[in-house]
Amino acid sequence: MVKLSVRDLRITYGEGPSEKVALSGVNLDIHEHEIFGIIGPANSGKTSFLRAINRMDEFTLGMDVRGSVKLDGTEVRDWANVYALRRRIGVVFPLPVGLPMSVYDNVALSPRLRGVRKRSVLDEKVEQCLTRAALWDEVKDRLGTLGSLLSGGQQQRLTIARALSQEPDLLLLDEFSIAVDPVTTMRIEDVLVDLKQDMTIVLVTNLVQQARRLADRTAFFLMGECVEIAETEELFTGEVKDPRTRDYVDGRFG
Amino acid sequence: MAAPSPARPGARDLAWAGDKLAQGVIFLGGISGILLVIGIFVFVSREGLGFVSNGLDLREFLTSPAWRPTSNHPTFGALALMAGTASVTGLAMLVSVPLSLGAAIFIGEFAKGRTRELLKVLIEMLAAIPSVVWGFIGLTMMNELIIDVFNVPVGLNVLNAGIILGLMAAPIMTTIAEDALKAVPDGYRQAAEAMGATRWQVIWRVVIPAAKNGLVAAVLLGVGRGFGETMAVLMASGHSINIPTSPFDSVRALTATIAAELGETAVGSEHYQALFFLGIFLFVVTFAINLTADLVVRGIKNG
Ligand SMILES: Nc1ncnc2c1ncn2[C@@H]1O[C@H](COP(=O)(O)OP(=O)(O)OP(=O)(O)O)[C@@H](O)[C@H]1O
Ligand SMILES: [Mg+2]
Repeated sequence: MVKLSVRDLRITYGEGPSEKVALSGVNLDIHEHEIFGIIGPANSGKTSFLRAINRMDEFTLGMDVRGSVKLDGTEVRDWANVYALRRRIGVVFPLPVGLPMSVYDNVALSPRLRGVRKRSVLDEKVEQCLTRAALWDEVKDRLGTLGSLLSGGQQQRLTIARALSQEPDLLLLDEFSIAVDPVTTMRIEDVLVDLKQDMTIVLVTNLVQQARRLADRTAFFLMGECVEIAETEELFTGEVKDPRTRDYVDGRFG
Repeated sequence: MAAPSPARPGARDLAWAGDKLAQGVIFLGGISGILLVIGIFVFVSREGLGFVSNGLDLREFLTSPAWRPTSNHPTFGALALMAGTASVTGLAMLVSVPLSLGAAIFIGEFAKGRTRELLKVLIEMLAAIPSVVWGFIGLTMMNELIIDVFNVPVGLNVLNAGIILGLMAAPIMTTIAEDALKAVPDGYRQAAEAMGATRWQVIWRVVIPAAKNGLVAAVLLGVGRGFGETMAVLMASGHSINIPTSPFDSVRALTATIAAELGETAVGSEHYQALFFLGIFLFVVTFAINLTADLVVRGIKNG
């Protein structure tokens, strides 16, 4: 089953002479329950791609999206209720964003936005999501402390727990390990492998080896172009269509 | 020995001297500010505490509404004056808090580009209106308006002074509240919005809690302003000694009493000392408000 289908995607910023094309001519399908990796150097359009999926362009100044992005066969732009669309999609940003409220409230925020009020339901949800994000044991005795006071690695797992509390069927991760130590990164990677049973994951990463460890299929973006899409192992060891892909994954680039 | 010798550790160069100089100037500025405050406090205390040593009846001061400093048997009950200040300040807060927070949220979260700049300039202009002008508006326009609308004989009362004071405090409160909202990182808004929060949910559940400290500070600044404001209150409140039972009662404020009476008293007289004691009282209350604010803000910070 195709979860996300992208056709002729073109993303620009700004208008007129200052217009900048961030991404163009992207065609790809992401399957249900796969981890889809996206690798590529800085400015290749990876983050822009994620923004188009849950219509974050609507609050990004100057961003313009053309082409087709279908989630479960429906054009995302045709969702009348953009909030309902976004609630189905969890997003984890490069720098952890512990919202300025308690750990508990961070994770309970999304259920509350959906109108859940019952304390016991929220309690259960909070524990469940923190456990799945491998954070419960570290914070269970201090659920009342400010989320923004946790360590960077803990905040990133808090962000993941918060995303999980949305009960998403699509999880978008943007270079989640950029501010996280290697041990925590490994723990989160284990979490992601588990999560695959319940959702589809798009993993943008600047670490090619991370894509190799986790992704079922991987796309290589370069300067606004989707150069190659292949089974991950194929991309790293087999035949590639474009020599630039080989250079990049082997670390011979630029 | 051709090689240049490494700089002596801790060598005193020009940058060091400049730094020391700047430190010195800042230190002097800071210390003179503190000394000035202490000086004022000592002066006011000396004048006012004479009132205490000359047999102040603290109970009368706090519980009697009779402020009759010039009668043959002078009484110095400040209760009505306190009630006057409190009622006017309270009403002013009812006006200015929703007004200023609403304006700050609109300017900070919704208005864009030109509208936003225009509104900010407008607010700055409102903040620059001197209090005597506000008092004048209270004395004339508001007075007539209240008489017409509510069909009461006089329009100089708690309602008038409260509204005037509220309008007067709102611009500066708006500016501070808006600064507090602006200080909330955009990352918070984006994270919440990406989760599917609506604009209002983002503001209500994320931005306002994040800006809490600054917003509390804005409100308390308004309270302080209301407490300390003299001229506008003097002109709009009716200036008659009264414990108000309705917004249409005239009242007199602590500050207005000092301003109106101090010029007519003999230096060192009992009345003179009593007015200074009012000053001390105002100072203590204001200090208490600020301290509470500080504690509240700290409390919030520590979660
Ligand atoms: N908000 C924005 N406004 C204007 N231009 C932008 C904006 N965001 C991205 N761009 C531009 O779009 C291009 C692609 O950026 P994007 O952030 O998608 O790249 P990326 O692959 O995520 O890079 P990185 O690995 O550094 O995160 C860049 O040239 C960038 O300058
Ligand atoms: Mg990026």
